[in-house]
Amino acid sequence: MVENRKELIIYASAKKKRMNNRRKTICIFALAVLLLAFVTVAGRSLWKEASAADFSRKNLGPSLQFLFGTDWMGRNMLDRTLAGLSMSILIGLLAATVSAFIAAFLGTMAATMGPKVDAVITWCIDLMLGVPHIVLLVLISFALGKGFWGVTIGVAVTHWPGLARVIRGEVMQIREAPYVKVAQKLGISTGKIAVRHILPHVFPQFLIGLILLFPHAILHEASVTFLGFGLSPEEPAIGVILSESMAYLSAGRWWLALFPGLALVLVVSLFDLAGNSLRRIIDPSSVQK
Amino acid sequence: MNRTVVFILKSIAKAVSLMIGVSILAFTLVTVSPLDPVRMNVGNTAYNSMSPEKKAELASYWGVDTPPVERYLHWAKEFLHGNMGISLKYNRAVSEIIRQKFLNSMVLMLLAWLLSGVLGFCMGVLAGARRGGLIDKLVQGYSIVLASMPTFWIALVFLMLFAVKLQWFPFGMSVPIGMDPADVTIFDSLRHLILPTITLSVVGVANIALHTREKMIDIMESDYVLYARARGDSEWEIIRRHALRNILIPAITLQFASISEIFGGSVLVEQVFSYPGLGQAAVTAGLGGDVALLLGISVITAVFVFGGNLIANILYGVIDPRIRRGQNGGK
Repeated sequence: MVENRKELIIYASAKKKRMNNRRKTICIFALAVLLLAFVTVAGRSLWKEASAADFSRKNLGPSLQFLFGTDWMGRNMLDRTLAGLSMSILIGLLAATVSAFIAAFLGTMAATMGPKVDAVITWCIDLMLGVPHIVLLVLISFALGKGFWGVTIGVAVTHWPGLARVIRGEVMQIREAPYVKVAQKLGISTGKIAVRHILPHVFPQFLIGLILLFPHAILHEASVTFLGFGLSPEEPAIGVILSESMAYLSAGRWWLALFPGLALVLVVSLFDLAGNSLRRIIDPSSVQK
Repeated sequence: MNRTVVFILKSIAKAVSLMIGVSILAFTLVTVSPLDPVRMNVGNTAYNSMSPEKKAELASYWGVDTPPVERYLHWAKEFLHGNMGISLKYNRAVSEIIRQKFLNSMVLMLLAWLLSGVLGFCMGVLAGARRGGLIDKLVQGYSIVLASMPTFWIALVFLMLFAVKLQWFPFGMSVPIGMDPADVTIFDSLRHLILPTITLSVVGVANIALHTREKMIDIMESDYVLYARARGDSEWEIIRRHALRNILIPAITLQFASISEIFGGSVLVEQVFSYPGLGQAAVTAGLGGDVALLLGISVITAVFVFGGNLIANILYGVIDPRIRRGQNGGK
């Protein structure tokens, strides 16, 4: 075999490619996750520095020493941004995970517990999708008295409908699949069918859906905080930073809004990248896309 | 009965049930809020110096001691008669405030809705017509990047760039500062409308562009387009005769269904540009604990969104026979 390959130049040149697509995707996924972990750890460890005011260095534009500049209290914007991002990521993780579990639970229930339950859950999905997320988040945050739990619970209970719909469709389809029908005819218990046949099929969808929920969760947390319903102004949060920057825009302090926003966009894209590369790794039909 | 009529009636019944659902949901949420309506209205100091009799009188006036279900029914009845209560923040009837703000928001949203629809559709058609081409890559890249950008940040960047740096557009407010509202010409209002509209449209384009592109690709790979090519039809003829007819209806439907997103975006955009619309009023109401106004706006929004979805449903069902049969024949 080895000698054969040496003679075939075409194959040899093809082997020169250092990584195949799958390897590359795995690397991208790992890199995205690592970067996000780094931002979270860095943000948490810079927590104290983020709110340290120093009036001798206020309103500085971006420089090598202060990459993102400083604000009117002399706070280092890079530290504040990192701390805010770590906060966003943690809220996003918590809210998206809870949301995905609600989706899995309701989606499975809708698909397996008969037409009446299905109708009720579908109606709920339509209801949640119908009201603009922002309005619903404002209402929920209002009901819970604002603050950390207001946003987190708000984001958690508003983001499940899309994924619930996917899981409902998926479970319904598999229930009708020939191999499940055969298993039923063979007298295998429902619990065993669920674990052996349905779960392995739905789990990847669930995992990908979960990761792709993060970007939405993070963006909505930032939006609600920006409007003043989320995290309190004392906490370092991207929404707070950006809403404070509004007062200084006309003074030409563009760095207060530009860099923190860019950093947020970067984090959101990283989550998106991680989710999509995971889809390619897990789901064989989209490997080559 | 005629199948189409049944289908339309069913859709309407569903939309109405959803609206009632939203009103119950919104009412429950503002009711369970830890913020006490009596205290919110008269202020804390005044409340503390009040006699217990007066407190009880106020409590019964605001309906604190009646059970929630009864209160909801009472509120819903009044709401249907057009009486949405008095706004604490503005000290005027909620219905009046909503009418005024609604008009402002409507102009903004309608313009952005049309603009993003037309633009997104064209982008989708161009991208899908030549899959993998330069335009396709640009449109796809644009849509993907846009999906990870917060709307309010785009608005902030536009504000910095076009209003502060280049000074092409005014900085916030829907009328120039220091001018009598009566003197405001239509051009002044228009100038203040441009930047919010552009921001909202830029954000709204992505969804419809990607959707149209998918459909376009499917059609361009179909057998009948292959045959049209073999017959010697030009690219433009193929697009006009075969593609546009097939993708226009789904695109319009999608655009009707996206009213919810446009509204969500407009809340943020109005806040950044301090544009006096419904979204800004909702935020002010929420921050100030103005229950009646917040409730009124939520329900009115829901009516609009579900109205849009209803139109989308009926449009799709009535015009496209495949969907109609699927809806009725399935059961």
